[in-house]
Amino acid sequence: MTTKVAPRVGLSFEYIMWVFTRISALALFLLSIIGIASAFYLGARTQMDVGTLLRWTFFPNSYHVVNSEIPDIDLGWANAFWQVIQMLIVFFAATHGMNGLRVVVEDYISHSWWLVFWRGLIFLIWLFMLIVAVFVILTV
Amino acid sequence: MTLKRNVGLRGIKYRGGGPMLAWILHRIGGVAMVIFVGMHILASFSQYQLGNELGSAFNVFYESVYFQVVIYFFVLFHIINGARIVILDTWPRFLEYQREITWLEWLIFIPLYITTAFLMIRSALVAA
Repeated sequence: MTTKVAPRVGLSFEYIMWVFTRISALALFLLSIIGIASAFYLGARTQMDVGTLLRWTFFPNSYHVVNSEIPDIDLGWANAFWQVIQMLIVFFAATHGMNGLRVVVEDYISHSWWLVFWRGLIFLIWLFMLIVAVFVILTV
Repeated sequence: MTLKRNVGLRGIKYRGGGPMLAWILHRIGGVAMVIFVGMHILASFSQYQLGNELGSAFNVFYESVYFQVVIYFFVLFHIINGARIVILDTWPRFLEYQREITWLEWLIFIPLYITTAFLMIRSALVAA
């Protein structure tokens, strides 16, 4: 049994990400409630199936719902409010998920160069996801 | 710096009970969601930007009811267990009852999951 180094007290990266994981989880709860409630308000109760409802809740974009039965994409959905909601969902979900992947990977890795490789890879995937998502959201 | 705790195969011998099961399911579910969403993005990219058939093959895979029943298990568990984690971190005095809270979590999870999984499988059988 080796001695364990005590974590640094104060604002460390791990502490910030620990707080962010909680905050983003709560934000995703709120955003899901907004998405599902608005979808029901805009006709999901009678005019959409469950898959369509979930597509609208988590990524309401005309590319994403191309095969869905949306009543009125142009009138009810394609506006700046939903673009902002989409960006918030993607930012919180991608960051929460990629940070979670980093935490899981780091539990199973001890070599320092291997750790640097994985951190870099996960950071690049995270950045790629955000750039692609913003591109898709803005080119409606 | 990595943590010096048993997270590999040796960790299975550690009999953590209900809370450990919740931890491991939360972890598996998180990774499953990362893989699912990543696969979804790659499949859409391949289907609409590159226009090849690989994307539709992935679509058939993750739109099948078997995949959806499994991923729904992990997503719902991750949601409910995540709520437990946030609540216990915010009010640490409830940590004293964390075994009971883990049982409560299953009490919420099981009826929700069984009902939805039943409806998913039934509508898949009706459609078939």
